[in-house]
Amino acid sequence: MHRSSGFGARIGDARRYLWRYRILYLLSVPGILYFFLFKYVPLFGSVIAFQNYNIFKGITGSDWVGLEHFQKMFSHYDFLRILNNTLLLGLYDLVIAFPVPIILAILLNEVRQIMFKRTLQTIVYMPHFLSWVVISGIFMGIFSMDAGVVNKALEFLGFQPIYFLGEDSYIRSILIGSGIWRDSGYGTIIFLAAIAGINPDLYEAAEVDGAGRLKQIWSITLPSLLPTIMILLLLHIGKFLDLGFERVFVFLNPLNLESGEILDTYIYKAGLLSQQYSYTTAIGLFKSVVGLALIVIGNFISKKTTGESLY
Amino acid sequence: MRTPSLRYRIFRIGNLVFLTLLTLTMILPFINVLAQSLSSSEAIMGGEVSFWPVAFTWINYEYVFGDASFWRAFAVSVGVTLLGTLVNLAATASLAYPVSRPEYKGRSVIVMFVLVTVVFSAPLIPNFILMKELHLVNNPLVLIVPGAINAFNFFVMRSFFAQLPGELIDAARIDGCGEFGIIWRIVIPLSKPAMASLGIFYAVGHWNAYSTALYYLNDPAWWPIQVTLKKLFESDDISVDPGSAVYSTLAHTSPEGIKMATIIIATLPIIIIYPFLQRHFVKGIMVGSVKS
Repeated sequence: MHRSSGFGARIGDARRYLWRYRILYLLSVPGILYFFLFKYVPLFGSVIAFQNYNIFKGITGSDWVGLEHFQKMFSHYDFLRILNNTLLLGLYDLVIAFPVPIILAILLNEVRQIMFKRTLQTIVYMPHFLSWVVISGIFMGIFSMDAGVVNKALEFLGFQPIYFLGEDSYIRSILIGSGIWRDSGYGTIIFLAAIAGINPDLYEAAEVDGAGRLKQIWSITLPSLLPTIMILLLLHIGKFLDLGFERVFVFLNPLNLESGEILDTYIYKAGLLSQQYSYTTAIGLFKSVVGLALIVIGNFISKKTTGESLY
Repeated sequence: MRTPSLRYRIFRIGNLVFLTLLTLTMILPFINVLAQSLSSSEAIMGGEVSFWPVAFTWINYEYVFGDASFWRAFAVSVGVTLLGTLVNLAATASLAYPVSRPEYKGRSVIVMFVLVTVVFSAPLIPNFILMKELHLVNNPLVLIVPGAINAFNFFVMRSFFAQLPGELIDAARIDGCGEFGIIWRIVIPLSKPAMASLGIFYAVGHWNAYSTALYYLNDPAWWPIQVTLKKLFESDDISVDPGSAVYSTLAHTSPEGIKMATIIIATLPIIIIYPFLQRHFVKGIMVGSVKS
């Protein structure tokens, strides 16, 4: 009796509260609906990976087939080749491309001529804002067989011209290179900000102890950047199989498909163009699960070793 | 240690040289494209053009400007960028503002709700089925509606609104100002810089958008500029070695110069707003990195 009246009163309080701030709550409704409709609904729709989805029967009417598509995946020669491409590119991206902004930020930080430094920064941030289509066009221009500047330089140096964009063996270098070209400059921003936040007393103390400038970079700058590096590394690892559709797709052509094709471009080709809906959704889910597992494992290792973690 | 050691001085000179070369690799390709776009096709195909136009001509630009399908794509991109950015800002702010206010009970639930969508994203096909159900396939609205709110930008905007002086808003409430009055008189005037910077980011995203149009728009009438540009590259797929087997299957339809001119025109808007962009993005990233 006593409790129920209190409970009723609380309901009344909540109602009054909601009414009082109704405008705030009403304002947030469209945004909440947006996230639900465009982000959560397709997530629920991923169950078609466990069906033989039929476009006419819909999700509710299609037959359930359990893990059939996942089994099919691993017995599929094409899939294994593409998974291998994706893993290799992911690895190269991690080992080669990831450290570049860190090194670049440290080097930029050593430039004492302010105007010169600003100019450098302005230019290296720029490529990040070009679309992948434009970047692929620029690359086709400079690497083309007969008109490209790069091949002209090679010829000038006495080498044979190389058909960069039409040979399977070069596609991975081009993909990693274009990624570095586009994003390494922009990636320095966060590290430069972290360097700017390092306590100057540390450097002064090191100076007094007789450490030269290079020694200071090694024993102060780098360790101070470690937390930032770890967090970004964890985020990067989570995207291991997720190189991004556009950056690869724009460079692909029949001549370099063998080594260049990745899961994302395969999902587009086999899923959207050849209508293997359930099968490619299974591949997409596989990709997400691996990404999540990598984040969890990476986070665990990072917590144990450096104390840095995402959650 | 007042005078830097010899080793450090050598390092510094080497560093300057290295950074200069690196920066040149980022700007020279673009200058090469610009030079080619202003050269005759004979000069281009002969490989004579490096960083200065050879046999200077406007012919490539004249050709592109005379192409109706190019203008159509350009107009689509301009329209989507303007309208899309307005929708982005309105939608992002309408969720970010309430969720930034301490009076909004359940803030953390909404933040988690959005955060989950960053970690878990659905595969392509479930998205495609949803777009089909919503009649967004082959509908230009697909370039605007499904990407109305970017989760990262939502967090940036929310942290910006959270920094607004709460006392000011409380005082306005006590003075009998309604919620809309507060938004109109206090929040909007104070958030113009933040809106400008996120707006520029959203706009660049719209201008550069490619895959959404590729997935969902089959009708060339609604192709934005990036899709048209990609089709142009494909029409004369990379300069193929005349000796190779594929050479005969790929028709040479568009000269190099036209491609280069189109690249320049498609990039011009980005170049024009870049100075404004640069002023904003360092700050934007800072807020974002503090959040994450």
